[in-house]
Amino acid sequence: MSEYTFTPYNVIRGDWCIMEKMVSAKDRLLKSGNNRMDGELRGKILVILCAVIMISATIAITIFLGTKGLQSFIKNGVSLIEFITSTNWNPTNQAKPEYGTLPFIFGSFAVTFLSALVAAPLGIGGAIFMTEIAPSWGRNILQPVIELLVGIPSVVYGFIGLSVLVPFIRENVGGLGFSLLSGTIVLSVMILPTVTTIATDSMSSLPKTLREGSYALGATRWQTIRKVLIPAALPTLLTAIVLGMARAFGEALAVQMVIGNVKDLPSSLLDASATLTTIITLNMGHTTYGSVENNTLWSMGLILLVMSFAFILLIRYLSSRRKM
Amino acid sequence: MMFVTACGGGTSKDNTKSNNGGKEVSGSLVVSGSSAMQPLVAAAAEEFMANNPKADIQVNAGGSGTGLSQVAEGSVQIGNSDVFAEEKEGIPANQLVDHKVAVVGITAAVNPKVGIKDISKDNLIKVFTGKITNWKDVGGKDQKIVLVNRPDASGTRAVFNKFGLNGATPAEGITEDSSNTVKKIVNETDGAVGYLAFSYFTDEKVTPLSIDGVEPTDENVQSGKFPIWAYEHSYTKGEPSGAAKAFLDYLMSDNVQNKLLKQQGYLPVTKMTVQRDAKGNQTKK
Repeated sequence: MSEYTFTPYNVIRGDWCIMEKMVSAKDRLLKSGNNRMDGELRGKILVILCAVIMISATIAITIFLGTKGLQSFIKNGVSLIEFITSTNWNPTNQAKPEYGTLPFIFGSFAVTFLSALVAAPLGIGGAIFMTEIAPSWGRNILQPVIELLVGIPSVVYGFIGLSVLVPFIRENVGGLGFSLLSGTIVLSVMILPTVTTIATDSMSSLPKTLREGSYALGATRWQTIRKVLIPAALPTLLTAIVLGMARAFGEALAVQMVIGNVKDLPSSLLDASATLTTIITLNMGHTTYGSVENNTLWSMGLILLVMSFAFILLIRYLSSRRKM
Repeated sequence: MMFVTACGGGTSKDNTKSNNGGKEVSGSLVVSGSSAMQPLVAAAAEEFMANNPKADIQVNAGGSGTGLSQVAEGSVQIGNSDVFAEEKEGIPANQLVDHKVAVVGITAAVNPKVGIKDISKDNLIKVFTGKITNWKDVGGKDQKIVLVNRPDASGTRAVFNKFGLNGATPAEGITEDSSNTVKKIVNETDGAVGYLAFSYFTDEKVTPLSIDGVEPTDENVQSGKFPIWAYEHSYTKGEPSGAAKAFLDYLMSDNVQNKLLKQQGYLPVTKMTVQRDAKGNQTKK
């Protein structure tokens, strides 16, 4: 080491960094001998800090959204009953503004349940295919496909929906093309990876003895899947569906591009509709902070938060059933 | 004389002094607001920064409401809006100074297959309020009318309702925020009608409608014959100073008003022969 000479070449080569590293390594070794308990404590504080930050972020968002969302009822005197039961939404009418969000709440639930209806059989079917029918090659093909679906940004889903799906429905099914149906199809594809991934995990974590026992009793493969494996995995499969629904409920951009954003209650699948999220994203930028219009949008955000809490409670309930 | 802005807002700016020449401007500036104005202001900011390398201007979109709110609370120096601050609830309009930088003309756009080029204002109102539901009643083909609206709080919608529909509330229809999407839907859907700024009528995909026989041209807006137009406002909190003032002066300069605005499809505010106040009253200038 003492014969080491500095030449510009060495410095360019990055040897200087090596020198520095060696010094710091020496320091590090000296220090580490100091106190072992010190490190334990520091590690504990570090992870507690992480947990505290996460918890306080969630609480802060809840409090913020709560205070903002309640403003329209407390400060602006909008009736809560009218807000969630009226079908007339007309906040800019100066003579008689109306704040009924029922069509949007209905739209949100409609696309959520309908897309779950499409995605659940597909996702669970795919999971069974990957774990039971073709565990090796099936999984090798399907897994990357599913992962690819997760990686596509929602705006791309929306754009494909707008340029391909909407004209297709307009020409082949009827209506304007902008419809609950378009929203449902786009959302189904979007939540498919969530449902499939969790369903696959739950199917493959079932104990092998279940399958062996069933075969030993003379059951065929399909009987085993239908009568033994699916019932055993059911709580987790339901969790998978609910998680997919939670994602569908909160999705805004892709839905906004294909659903048409009409403020009336839809009477058929081919009618244009609107959801809570699409109305928020459409109007938020145009309203001024603190105005009634702005506050009612926050109230819709609060409804979304309450609903996502409900979804979480449902998931907790479903997974607690599994343990029994 | 050329750059004098006859703004109703009472701003007194001495633009004749320098046309972005003279001393170099430095400092940073954040602009937010109207997404309709964003391309124009961003293009102007780029040219301004090329002339003044020490200046740094950030132009964000976000909507007129966001622009007005942010400039009122002081988080940006310039807030762009499609509507007068007085028209928005919760904005201290008396603290804000209005700089009208451009004018935009708006008219109804129909699918070319509808077969009409002109509509009376009465019929336009009937079409948009849902009293007429088929184009054959106003001289077009036998096609069902499909409305394409803008979001409730949108500035374009407010202008169209006020000056195109005489304040009537339009019937329910598809609602889209972006002008490009509106154009795409009107182009693809039989019987569709929406409204767009003049700058979107560059091809044959949608047909702009004349109203009461007055063609939607720049000249007719400038002379006050065509009713549906609006100012594009840049608001500052109090009189602007430093980089904000220099940039606003640049927006009113010959370079922007007579060249850039034309390229972007806006009308120069300096050429208007009529003016309007926040209540919508139109007077000769």
